[in-house]
Order: sequence, then C-alpha cells, then structure tokens
Amino acid sequence: MIQPDRIVSTTCPYCGVGCNLRVHVRDNTIYRVTSPFDAVVNKGNLCVKGRFGYDFIYHKKRITTPLIRKVPQKPGQRTQAFDRSEWREVSWDEALDYTADRMVEIYQRDGSHAMAVYCCAKATNEDNYLLQKLFRALFRTNNVDHCTRLCHAASVVALQMAIGSAAMSNTASEVILSDVFLLTGSNTTENHPIISLQMKAAVEKHGAKLIVVDPRRIEMVNWATLYLPMKPGSDVPLFSAMAHVIIKEGLMDREFIEQRTENFEAFAQSMEKFTPEYAEQISGVNRNLIIDAARMYGSAERAAIFWALGIAESTHGTANALSLINLALLTGNLGKPGTGLNPLRGQNNVQGASDSGAMPWHYPGYQEVDVEENARRWEELWNIEPGGLNRERGLTTTEILGAAHPGGVRSLYIMGENPMMSEPNLNATRKHMENLEFIAVQDLFINESGAFGDVFLPAAAAFEKDGTFTNTDRRVQRVRKAVDPPGQARPDWEIICDLAARIEARLGRPNSAFWAYRHPEEIMLEMGRAVPAYAGVRYEHLEPVGPQTPVPTPGHPGSPYLYADTFPRGRAKFHPLEYVPNAEMPDDEYPLVLSTGRVLEHWHGGTMTRNSSLDELHPVALLDIHPEDAERLGICHLDPVRITSRRGSVVARAKVTEKANVGVVFLPFHYREAAANLLTNDALDPQAKIPEYKAGVVRVTKARWEELPTDDYQPRGRY
Amino acid sequence: MTDIDLSLLTPVLEKYGPQGRTALLPALHAAQDIYGYIPEPVAASIGMALNVPLADVYGVIDFYAMFYRAPVGETHIHVCNDPACAFAGADSVFKRMTQTSTINGGTGEMRVTVELAPCLGLCEHAPAVLVQEKPAGRTQVQSWKDLVRGSIPHQRSIVGGDIRLLTRNCGKNRTTSLEEYEDSGGYAGLRKALSLSPAEVIAEVKASGLVGRGGAAFPTGVKWEATASAPGDPHYVVCNADEAEPGTFKDRVMMEDDPHRVLEGLIIAGYAVGARKGYIYVRGEYIQAYHTLEEAQEEAEAAGYLGENILGTDYSFEIEIRRGAGAYICGEETALFESIEGKRGFPRVKPPFPTTHGLFGQPTAINNVETLANVPLIMTIGAEAYRQMGTEKSPGPKLFCLSGDVVRPGLYEVPFGVTFRHLLFDLAGGLRPGREFRGALFGGAAGAFATPDHLDVVLSFENLRAAGLPLGSGVITVFDDTRDLYDILLRLSRFFAEESCGKCYPCQIGTQRQHEILVRMAGGDIRPEDYQRLTDIGRTMTDSSLCGLGQTAASAVLSAMKYWPQYFTTRQA
Amino acid sequence: MDESIKLTIDGQPVTVPAGVTLLQAAEMAGITIPTICYHVATTSNALCRICVVEVEGARTLVPSCVAKAADGMVVHTDSERVRLSRRTILEMLVSSVDLSEAPEIQTMMAEYQADPQRFPDAERREPPVLDDNPMYIRDYAKCILCWRCVQVCAEDAQYTFALNFSGRGYETQIGTFYDHPMPETTCVFCGQCVGVCPTGALKPKREWLLEQGYSPDEVMELTRTDRRRRRRDSIE
Repeated sequence: MIQPDRIVSTTCPYCGVGCNLRVHVRDNTIYRVTSPFDAVVNKGNLCVKGRFGYDFIYHKKRITTPLIRKVPQKPGQRTQAFDRSEWREVSWDEALDYTADRMVEIYQRDGSHAMAVYCCAKATNEDNYLLQKLFRALFRTNNVDHCTRLCHAASVVALQMAIGSAAMSNTASEVILSDVFLLTGSNTTENHPIISLQMKAAVEKHGAKLIVVDPRRIEMVNWATLYLPMKPGSDVPLFSAMAHVIIKEGLMDREFIEQRTENFEAFAQSMEKFTPEYAEQISGVNRNLIIDAARMYGSAERAAIFWALGIAESTHGTANALSLINLALLTGNLGKPGTGLNPLRGQNNVQGASDSGAMPWHYPGYQEVDVEENARRWEELWNIEPGGLNRERGLTTTEILGAAHPGGVRSLYIMGENPMMSEPNLNATRKHMENLEFIAVQDLFINESGAFGDVFLPAAAAFEKDGTFTNTDRRVQRVRKAVDPPGQARPDWEIICDLAARIEARLGRPNSAFWAYRHPEEIMLEMGRAVPAYAGVRYEHLEPVGPQTPVPTPGHPGSPYLYADTFPRGRAKFHPLEYVPNAEMPDDEYPLVLSTGRVLEHWHGGTMTRNSSLDELHPVALLDIHPEDAERLGICHLDPVRITSRRGSVVARAKVTEKANVGVVFLPFHYREAAANLLTNDALDPQAKIPEYKAGVVRVTKARWEELPTDDYQPRGRY
Repeated sequence: MTDIDLSLLTPVLEKYGPQGRTALLPALHAAQDIYGYIPEPVAASIGMALNVPLADVYGVIDFYAMFYRAPVGETHIHVCNDPACAFAGADSVFKRMTQTSTINGGTGEMRVTVELAPCLGLCEHAPAVLVQEKPAGRTQVQSWKDLVRGSIPHQRSIVGGDIRLLTRNCGKNRTTSLEEYEDSGGYAGLRKALSLSPAEVIAEVKASGLVGRGGAAFPTGVKWEATASAPGDPHYVVCNADEAEPGTFKDRVMMEDDPHRVLEGLIIAGYAVGARKGYIYVRGEYIQAYHTLEEAQEEAEAAGYLGENILGTDYSFEIEIRRGAGAYICGEETALFESIEGKRGFPRVKPPFPTTHGLFGQPTAINNVETLANVPLIMTIGAEAYRQMGTEKSPGPKLFCLSGDVVRPGLYEVPFGVTFRHLLFDLAGGLRPGREFRGALFGGAAGAFATPDHLDVVLSFENLRAAGLPLGSGVITVFDDTRDLYDILLRLSRFFAEESCGKCYPCQIGTQRQHEILVRMAGGDIRPEDYQRLTDIGRTMTDSSLCGLGQTAASAVLSAMKYWPQYFTTRQA
Repeated sequence: MDESIKLTIDGQPVTVPAGVTLLQAAEMAGITIPTICYHVATTSNALCRICVVEVEGARTLVPSCVAKAADGMVVHTDSERVRLSRRTILEMLVSSVDLSEAPEIQTMMAEYQADPQRFPDAERREPPVLDDNPMYIRDYAKCILCWRCVQVCAEDAQYTFALNFSGRGYETQIGTFYDHPMPETTCVFCGQCVGVCPTGALKPKREWLLEQGYSPDEVMELTRTDRRRRRRDSIE
C-alpha cells in the first residue's frame, strides 16, 4: 500500500457544491482522493468526478510549455490547430511579450471596445479578480464576462430585480429542515450529486415532501411526492397557476407580504388569468396536480425552492425565475432555515467569479459599473486617475462574440473557458471566432476554443495552485496546491500578474494598479477592501469550515441564510408576469423539443473530463428519447440517429428511456463529435442575455451506423 | 437465458408488485415454481415490480438455500444429513442416490438433482428425504425409482405420551378438520377470550405460568403485556413456525395434524395484544404444513373465526401465512421479521426488542407454534387447572421429540416433571436390543449432551437448568454405544458453519474454524493445542456473538469437551 | 431526554448524557475501546464484536458501539473475558483474510497478542481481484465484511443500491446483481465505498496500478479500456 508523503486539504474543482477533498500525494503524484467525514458541505461523500476525476492533470495531451502558432492567423481565416506540430514551443518571456504586444497594439489602435476577456468560473476568486482588474484597469473595458451568462444569468438578474442580491438565500444542506421542497429545472442527481444525497435523506429520513417540476423524468422523481411533467418553457404559467391557487385559497402569508414586500396588488392582478386550467393547456400538466402542488407548497411551514438551468437557460429565463421568486414571497418562505430561493450554481466557482467582478455590468461585489461612486471607489483602490475607468456597461459573453468584426471586438483573452463547446449555435460561434484578430488562451489543454488561439499559456490546474472558491451556498473555501504543476505550467494568478506588468510597461501608465503579489491571499485582501461581503475573509479562518458570505469582518462566522430581517433592496418586489412562448415551438418539420445539459460523468465542454478516465464511463453522446417517440420513428435502443435543428445536425446513439417524456429529447453537450450546441438556439432572454439552451426544436431520424462519429459505447446500468 | 418466457411471470408481478418488498420471498417462491429456478431476467422483473434494488434481490436469493439462481433437475431431492438420519443410514442413501441417478443431466423423469440438506424435521422417520418438497421416510428400505417418482407412502406423525392435551387430535395420519376440531372443544378458547377484555386474556395467560416453548422460555403473558402496551400502530402477532433445530419436529406435527389449534392460539394472541394482522412463518421445507395451514385458514375464515368481526364481535383479524426458504437463522425472531420484510435473514441487534420494535418496526408478539397451541387450552380450562399440570415452576404439558437410537422415535406429550428415564424407556421403548445408552443431545444442535448420569433428571425448566442441560424446544436425540462422537460433532459443526448468517464475526468465522478443527480431529489428527483452540472459539462465540445461533453454536462441542475430554486430546476409537 | 446518566466504567464513575452508547461514554471518560466495523458515518451494526465490553449482570458481552449507557451500569472494557474474545476474533480474522493493508487491525493484534498462526486449518477467503471498471478494483481477499460499503451505497449515503451480499456465513461476499461487472449495475462510481473501506479491499484503480510500479503516464493508458476509438471531429 502507498504511504502518502502528504495529504492536502482542498476543494473540488467540479461543481458548485464545493466538496471538501483530501488529496493523497506520493512522489508529487496524486494517487487517492478522500473527503473528511466531518465536512459540513459533503460529510465525506463525493461523486465520481470529485473522487476519481482528478486524473486529467496527468493526461499526455496536457500542455506544459507556452506555445505560439507557427502560421500567423488572419481575421476571417483563422483555423483550429489541435495538433501540437502546428505550434511552436516558446519561453514564457516570448509568449507573454507576444501577447502583451498584440493586445496593446490592438488597444492603442482600436480602443477599449476592441478588447474583451472571458474569465473563468473554474478558476479561483483571486484569478478572476485579477483578470477583470487587468482588463478594467489597463484596457479600460468592461467587456468582461464568463460562463455565468450561459448558466444562471437569468436567475441572477431576476433575484437582483426582486431581492437585490443574487445568491442562494439558504444553505443546501438545510433541505433536511424543510417540510416541502420544490425542485425544478435541476437534474440534481447528476449535476449536484451531493446535494441530491441530502435531498434524498431529507425525504427518507426527515419526512420532507418533494415536488418535482421538470420536462424530464429525472431520477429525483423516484423520491418525489408529486411529479409535474411540464412541457419545456411552460414555467411561467405553471408556477403562476400555483400562485393563483395559493392566492385563491388564501394560503399566502399576509403578514410577510405586508411587512416585507411591495407591488403585491399588481402582481395578484396579473395572476388572475393563470388558472390551473389555463396552465394545463400550456404545460400539459393535469390541473389537479398543479393545485395539489400549490397546496403542498403553500401550506408547508417551511418550504424551499431549488432550481437550476432548466429555469434560467431560456429566452424567458428571467420571467421563469421571477415566477419562482413570486411563490416564495407569496408564502413568506424566505429568511428562515429550511426555506428560501436556491438557484443551484453550476460551476465550482461561478458564485465566486461573479462575486469577483467577472461580469460586464458590475465591479466586484455587484457594484454597478455605471454608478459613479462605484467607479471612483475602484479607481482609488487601483491607483487610477479619476474618470479613468470605463463607465459603460460591457458586452456579455454571447454579445462579445457577436461583436467580433472590424470595428467591434478584435482581441479576446480566454482563461479556461471553451465557447466553442458552450455557446449556442456553434456554427455561428465558429464564424465569430474566425473573425477575431487576436486570441490568447490560458488553459490546460488545447480544447476546441484554444485551437483557434494565437498563443497558448499553460496554466496550473486546481490541484497545482492556491486560492479560494466560493460554492453555490456562498461558502468561501480554500484551494491548495497539492502537487507541482507539470513542466512550465504556472498558476493563473502568476500568469496574469506577469502579463499585466508587461502591458502596463508598454502602455506607459504612470501609476501601477499593483501586480506584485507574493501569495493569492494578498489578492483576496485587496478585493475585501472594496467588497464588504468579502471584507472579513482571511485564509486562516477558512478551515475547518469555510464561512458563507457575507463575511463583513475578520472572524465573522458567516451567513448560513439571508434576509431574516430585511432584503438588500429593502422590500422584496413582486413582479407581474405574462406568458411568452419559447423562441421556437415544435412544428411538422421540427416536431421534437431538444433539451441539453450534463451527465454525471462529464463536465461542460469536456476539457477536463474527456481527458480523464471519466470518459471511459460515458464515452459517447446518447440522445434520451421516450419509447413512444422512438417507436414512432422506428428507432431502437442504441441505434444511430441524426438530430437536426434549423442551425445544425449531429449523429449520436439513441437511448430509449422513460427518463425522457414524450415529445422532449435530451442530448448532453460535452461531446465535440456530437456537439449539442450545434443545434441549440442562440436567441437570448432580453433582460439577462442568456440563450435558449433547453428548448430548441429538432427532428430525429434514423442514421447509418457509419455516420456515428465514434463507436465505443459502454453499457451502463445507472439511472 | 434467452428463452425465458417472462409473460408467465405477469400474474406473479400483478399479485405481489403492489405489496412491495415484503412480498419478495413469496414472489421468488412463485417464480421458482414456474421456472424451476430464478433466472436473472425474472429476478430483475421481480425487483422492478416490487421496487426492490436488484442487488438486494440477488442478496436475498443467494441467502436462502432453497432459491436457485441456476437450473436444477426436474426432480429435486434433499437428503437429510443430521445426526438422527445419519444414525439411520442417511449417508448410504445419499451415496446410492448420487450413484444411481444422472445428476444434473439426463432427461425427463431421471433429470435429478440430489443434495444434502440440514434436518428436515422428519426425525421420527429417519433416514428422511424430501422429493420435490414431498417427504419420504425410512428411505433406506425404499427403491430408488419409487423415491424419484415420489410414490412412497408417508406416515405423517408418530405421537404418544402420558397425556394428550395438545396432541389429542394428532397422530391420526391425517389433518383434523374444522368440524372435528370443534367437536373436540376447538375454538371454545377463542370464544372465551373474546368474552374477556384483552387485558383479562393477558392476565389469564400470565396466571397460567406459560413460558415460551421455542427455547428461550420467556413468560408469554409478560411478552403479550409489553406488546399490548407498546406505543405505535399497528401491532402484530407472529407465529414462529420456522422449526429447524435438528431433531425437532413437534411444530410440524401440530401444524399438519391439528392446524386449527395453532390458528386459534394466534387469533387469541392477536386479540390480546391488539393486533389486526398475524403472520405464520412456516419453514420452507414444510410445504405440507404450509398447505395444511392455508386450507385451515380458509375453513376458519368461512366459519367466522378469522376476518372481519370475528364471531360477531368488534374484533377483526387476518392471518398471512409465509414460507421460509431454507435458512435456520430465520427461526431467530428478528431474522424472521427481516425475512417477512423481504430481506436477508440477518438477526437484528437487541435491544430494542420485538415487543416495541418488531415486524416492520412495530410492536410485535412472536410466539412458537407449541406456545400458541397451549393458549386455547389455557383459555378453555383456565389458568388454575392448567397449573395443576407439571411442576410449580414449569406448569403445563410439554412436547418432546425423541429420535435417534430409540425403539420408538416420535412425539411424546408429558406433563413437566417426569424423568428422562421415563420418557426414554417407558414411552420411547428404550434402546434397541443389545445396545447401551451412551448419551443424548438435549436441545438439538444448539444444545448440550446428557450422559447416563442424567437418566434420572427431572424434565422441568428448573431441574434441567440445575443439571446444566438445556430444554431448548424439547428435542432429545439419543445415541448408543456404537456411535462415533466425532461424527456427531462434525455434523453439528457443519450445520452451524452452513447456517451461520455471516453477520457477526465470532459466528461467521468461529463456526467455520470450529468445523475445520473437528474435520481434522475426525480424520484422526488431534493436536495438543486443539483443546484450547476449541475452548477459545467456543467461549468467544458464546460470549460475543450477536444472536442466539452464534451464542449456542459451540454449546454441544463445549459440553462434549466437558464430559469426554479425552476425545479432544487423543484419538478415541 | 436531557437527564444525565451515572455509570461506572473500569472503576471510574462517569456521568454522561442520556442516549449515548457505551463506546461514546467510555470516550468521554478518556477510555478507548477498540473497534473495527464501527465508522462515524455509517449505521452501527455491531458486527465485528471487537468493541464488546463486560457489563455486570449481563449474560453475554455487550457491543459498546450500539449498547446505550444506563444508570448504575458497571462496565469493564478490558477484562480477561473481553480480552479473550477480542484476541480470538482477531486471530480468526487474520486466519481468514489478508490484513496486510489494515494497519489499525495490525496494531490491535499486537496489543492483544493475537497469534496470526493460531488456526492452521483455516481455509482462507481468497477470491481473485475484480478489475471490471476504470475507477476502482475490488480485492475481496482483503474484505472483512464490515458492511460499510454496502451501507454507504444504500441509505447511509448514496441511495444507489449497487451492492449487496452473496452467499452467507463464512461464504458471504459483497456482490452485485448476478455478479455483473460494476458498470452494468446501478453503480455511479461515487466511490463512497472506497472511502470507507478499512482494509484496502476497495481501492482506486489508479492507486492499485501505481503500487504495481506503473508510471502516472502508463496508468492513464491502463485505465482506458481497449475499446477501439473511431473519433472524428464533427466540428472541424
């Protein structure tokens, strides 16, 4: 048996749960990952990714030296270079000088609006804080965003509108205190596996009742008291019908409404039309089920709502989220344990990256860029002349690429993201990427986006650097270096600082915004000086239990649940709602609705998991299709099928399963050989600018076996 | 595997699916009746229909010896392997069968599977076999073909004794009908009980001094009182008819010959503890008893003794009869609950006790068949008259199962207080001519040895306790001077090694280690350290095992070491 | 229930809150009782019986991991009778399975002077290593049947129910439905089972390969199965 040289405590780099890890290291090699059984987040439990999925750091395709493209790339003719032979190995000096030269050249020629950056929800708070600081302080641009835009942007916007703050109101593990919890648009079992364990325990051991509202018959339905199999996009009418019933039957919390909310009358009036009968017509859910759900949620002492991207990734995602917020406000299910509005955040640090200002409309701490007072605060902190920072809202993720044309965005810096897998309508994304003048990529592997780059900066993985992640329930936790980065790979924060100093020198800025950090903690302390929620975060206080933000002062125990007495905006606001159909509705040509999402074994664009032994467990894309639909189309289990939308077409195997409901198919988006986002609709929610990932329309036809991009199906018995 | 017709299973799934996990054993029995074994797709279908995880379904199938996950012969023969049948020549019966038949091969009638089995509860008919679940006795004198065809006439019971209260309707080689039972005073006890309050019934049973006849000798009335007063609803009563202690067959005789007495006792128990449902868990090998009880249950329902508003009162009670599937451990009360709940028969940690946390976690009174058979008698004649029988501390009648080297093996009913000598010589006819009494195993495999010095011991709880002998369930296996002690011990140790559930370490490993040492000793290789090894294993199992099985698994060996220590230090002829 | 309980452990008067087990009560008194199957994150089943103690008046020894402290109890955690049971159980265990990767049990054996050769007749449990998935191996020759893996796969954590038992008694082994390879079961490879295994019977495949001297690079190749890949980049 292997005796460890050291066992390093850190935080899982996959999902937003933020499981605590113990990384066992021998000879600078990780050989085992465990978890402490007293960890408040995960109580010693992990999922397959957390326990076994770290091995991507050892994959031979890992890039360990800086690279520059051999053939210079021209806008409009940019190509992808996956093969290492198309790249030249260079020194860090050469790579960073080259990057600084190219970016400064474009900035000085075209100005701030030509510069853009994708920060990274997988990187640390410190990394993200620094990268947005680099672009804001040096290039004076707010074209700073990250994948939160593609994920919970609608939830964030809606919560900002109604509450004034965008995070989970409560702690995930409080679900055992709930009498009832409503789960919608979240396949928790696969996407937040450890939270799903707590939910199952809540049902099995603590007597909680679960209401699942979802267009897929997800595994959590097995634990549900009520399952409402809604049609995709019918969220607003369905949840508003629940509100309608709650109002009609007097199940609302009048005291709470009176004392803590505003705009109830207008809201109540707008709910009039959302009768259960009306909602049944649109959602396909039996009216009595809707009434039962309303009564169950409405009459519970403590009821919580958990949701994820099934709500947010929609052209009416903001309204969807508001329909849930309305329910919680109506019943007073906020401000106490076991209740709340709980958007389950996807990435390990999407909460933290957002907190750290990787957003086009906000400085760190959700301080709006177009508020003078905020800009002045950051100018002072960053040693910038008054009026120096850009006061205009920047472009969002999808808008940045949409603006990739002469006169628009010319330079894109990508840290760890993979828009060529994660953007909707990838054929359009490809065109945009091709049109850019300069692309710098900071990552572990040459992924589909990195292949478009001019320069590749090899970064250290989460197990190879220090910092903090903020998990889905606002808990700030330590990330620790367990092993040395391979080759010349460097931690992101070091790369950014090194690059920033070179840019600063080239720009000849008289005062430095300061880039000479000795340790990531110094970065956190700097951010805390201007972000009250992080003002008290000190590395030595993050263990054994990471505090939940807001942490206003050092030693503050953190805030497990929010809004006990007041809301950030004072009174919470009800929002009247209207039903708006999806951007595309099924028709004769495209009769099926395509939902996309993740599977347990993979992570997003697959940069990590598809270079891990995880890929052995789920090596190919499978299209979930209901037996009735399959029979109608003459498709048998595991047959090759072609899935075609107005935007593209892919071939995958069919998984005939009752997990899919009739009329709705599901394809995971991890597989570049059958990329679901070739099919998805890039129509955006008007408020949150989030695309409609979960409700494009497609047709499914039989394909020939030769058309299958890969043929290494692994039989599995799970879910 | 490919040609499994799952449509045959549909009625089974429809019947048992809605009941959920508790119906797992009944569903598996039904499936095995259809397919002869339990093919994998069948197990999967059952798991899905009953909402039992597939791994758990498999765990249950593999726990019970009577469930097969691979095909077995069309004719399936179990040959009893325990001491009483071994004395009568079981080994040569098995040898003859395996040599004459085409094991797991051949076709049609001759496609036969023969396997050794633990005690079949047919000890008075030794050597015994089960042919397709049909019992056959005295098999050493039967023709092979007759055996395989199952055409052997079988005498069901041999019953005698000084008194015939519990067994008055037994030994007629047929089942006592409801009418006959009523004519003999049957169900009068129930009428009496229903005219009293449950508390009064409990008081009467307490006053009778009745203690459990399954082996633990716990006062029945106290158990009922604790169950009746335990919080929680529903309450259950369970009849433990998982009789599997080697040498024991009394419960089988009661159930086969006089099933209504058992039902009546259970109904009264149900009334006393406030249960609306009772279970009878019948040993898997006792298929005849199972069917007899089912028929009696129908008769009783039709006559209004069971069901809604029994005999016009407010009291309603139903009985579900369950079959075990080949696991001695399920005679342990909590393992039996687990089995009814559709799980592997792992005994539970006690406390909590069944009276508060029993079947399905609810307050439960569980009683042995013979215990319940005493109840109608007590209700009919009254506690006072009942106490006139037996000794002061051991009132009432007692059934003894005598088998082994006696002239007339059988079931004998006596009042507590007679001597072992009386039972052995006066009732069972003593040993065969020319043979000497060498010893007897009291209490079955879990029991202890008696020597000629014990012949005059008085059969009562208090006297036996003083003599260091367990009464157990009233089983006495007698052996004469020709028997090989090693062989007897070997069979007992093998029995425990095979029947240990494997839950707690002392029993899981101890029964195996004990058996391995005895195998070597029986082969003539006895080592100086063996005595201490067996002592340590025995003390550890006795002291530290989780349930009664492990706690008594070394009992016989330790008692043999006490009386015949020389056998454990040097080879004895 | 917030009343306190007074008992005597090893001659020492101890006051503990109602509801605690004897194991916890002893710990509060600074007395360590050895355990094998006990785990803070799993339901106690009193399987290994290493934690048995002598309670005056009790017929048998009492498993302290589940037995509740009661008023007036007189408990001996290290009496001769207790030590005999512990030693014999350890000797029987080591005669059955490979404890080479169970350092805690080895330490216990030294403390109780357990003789690894006590049972020369012992038939050991030595099934072959099961290497049927990319994440972990199952070496049941090291399995002590502590049940932790089965429990965390079920209600103690994961609610996945991929594992149960096959056989019974000494032949008991942890198994899947009809012995299917792990990927074909409901297993989701969370590895909760690996995380609670005390003897190295369940081990990350990567660790297992590294132990055998493979380099990290070679391990990445070996954890990949032999399925042929016919991949083409549909985006390109």
